[in-house]
Amino acid sequence: MNNLVIFPMLIPVVAGLVMVVFRHKITLQRILSIISAVGIAVVTAILIHQVSTQGIQTIHLGGWVPPFGIVFVGDMFALILVFTTAIVAIACLFYAFSSISHKRESYYFYAFVQFLLAGVIGSFLTGDLFNLFVCFEVMLLASYVLISLGGERIQLRESIKYVLINIISSILFLISIGFLYGAVGTLNMAQISERVALAEQSGILTTVAILFLIVFALKSALFLFFWLPGSYAVPPAAVAALFGALLTKVGIYALYRTFTLMFYHEPGITHTLLGIMAGATMILGGIGAIAYQDIKRIVSYNVVIAVGFIIAGLAVFNVAAIEGAIYYLIHDMIAKALLFLLAGSIVYLTGQAWLKNVGGMIRHYPVLGWTFFLVVLSLAGIPPLSGFIGKVLVAQGALSGGSYVIAAVALGSSLLVLYSLLKIFKNTFWGETVLSDDEVIPLKKGMLLPCVFLAALSIGLGLGVEGISGYVTQAAETLMNPSIYIDAVLYDN
Amino acid sequence: METLMALLTGLLFAVGTYMVISRNFIRIILGTAIYSHGAHLLLITMGGLKGGAAPLLGQGNDLYVDALPQALILTAIVINFGVTAFFLVLAYRSNKELGTDDLYHLRGNKDE
Repeated sequence: MNNLVIFPMLIPVVAGLVMVVFRHKITLQRILSIISAVGIAVVTAILIHQVSTQGIQTIHLGGWVPPFGIVFVGDMFALILVFTTAIVAIACLFYAFSSISHKRESYYFYAFVQFLLAGVIGSFLTGDLFNLFVCFEVMLLASYVLISLGGERIQLRESIKYVLINIISSILFLISIGFLYGAVGTLNMAQISERVALAEQSGILTTVAILFLIVFALKSALFLFFWLPGSYAVPPAAVAALFGALLTKVGIYALYRTFTLMFYHEPGITHTLLGIMAGATMILGGIGAIAYQDIKRIVSYNVVIAVGFIIAGLAVFNVAAIEGAIYYLIHDMIAKALLFLLAGSIVYLTGQAWLKNVGGMIRHYPVLGWTFFLVVLSLAGIPPLSGFIGKVLVAQGALSGGSYVIAAVALGSSLLVLYSLLKIFKNTFWGETVLSDDEVIPLKKGMLLPCVFLAALSIGLGLGVEGISGYVTQAAETLMNPSIYIDAVLYDN
Repeated sequence: METLMALLTGLLFAVGTYMVISRNFIRIILGTAIYSHGAHLLLITMGGLKGGAAPLLGQGNDLYVDALPQALILTAIVINFGVTAFFLVLAYRSNKELGTDDLYHLRGNKDE
């Protein structure tokens, strides 16, 4: 029992509720939202230290011993993701301060960002399947509001599709939970794992596993990503960055939990399917990324490619690949937030997202340009930057596991990422300038600084891999040995 | 009893799917509502439909029905209620703003 485990979710809930009361006090809301995000980061840092010295931390809500009550579990994998979430939230909030219109701010913008964070963090920390569903809904309802807030025509058009696809996937989630409850009679993830192991994952359980695969693939844009490029192009840059960095990652996290903790007995069926879907995601996402001339679309398709890459690590399913995927997950949350913020800045400065109509921006905005170049290299996986170590480890895991096709597709997709993003860099920053001198508007410091902060973090993550390798190794170890998780949740009272 | 319920939920999902793939907003929203009914019935069925008293301790019976699926459904109902209310208002607003309730006219603009 450790009461601290609930705090990363509790802080944003309380902060959001306070903000609802003080609707017109924008300054207060800004200060409160930063305090909340920093608070989450601090609490999570303490928890990470505790987990690395004392093992997995849990809290039994209401004092009910699992499996009868709801349990929140802070294992290393979840806590690393919560910490990264808090860091990304700080950068996106600072960007929002100088980019979100006053009208949006006064209609509960910051409160909904807090509720979104609560949903995301709750999904990472919960140890109960139905509670995961509820946290998903908290996150999704906040995202429905954030995607349609402002009510522009294009926003309404895309949010209808976004809401519909998520309602259907939530219903599917509910059905899968029903089937699993009927089959094993419990909702606690650790106990489900035990009972699935006891039944040696019979045919019906593999079917349920594939249902879960479909549900989380819809949420995380794995293969079933048709809804994503349209939806992520419409909200303001700060919101799109939060979505691109956090929402799909929750689906990825759920896939990792499902297929390392509960359904790991039939890798010949489930993990092969994951591998096929991951490969198809990388190929189709890559085609989408190089096909478009619209900056926001290219960036959205890059989210899809990264999802395929991270799930490829799960499909290979050995220690090296899982470790690599965790490194890549941390890197991708930071780099995708940065990429969306930079794309938003370019659109803000030029007034359009069409590549053919912009050019020569490096003359007026050198810092922005070189930051963009840096994130391009980082996402492609060039050695000193943060994307490198993840790609190497996933490729190494795939080769040693004999999955040559996945290794080839994963490395080939890096080239498509590099090409699609360099296309943006070349067209917008190089060439003849199309902005005349009196059209040039200065880039706000409040928009540039979060980008520089995230870029510095990406470099730091690349150079300081050894600093976090201990934590990542521990996370991968827990994922590969479900008994560690089960012992901590069910038998460590 | 379970077989009968399975057939009913299957019918509800079939009707829901037919509604959701139509072009009209309201039909789609009704389709999602029918889906959620199907999911809730499925949850209660998967909990088992054996006879027993209502889950109230004062009933003084030996056997009770499973209380957990009922709590799950209650949670799912209110969540779905909130989402449906939001979706209906979104459809109303889009209809006023975009001037159509036909999804076919909600394609992208010309340069996409």
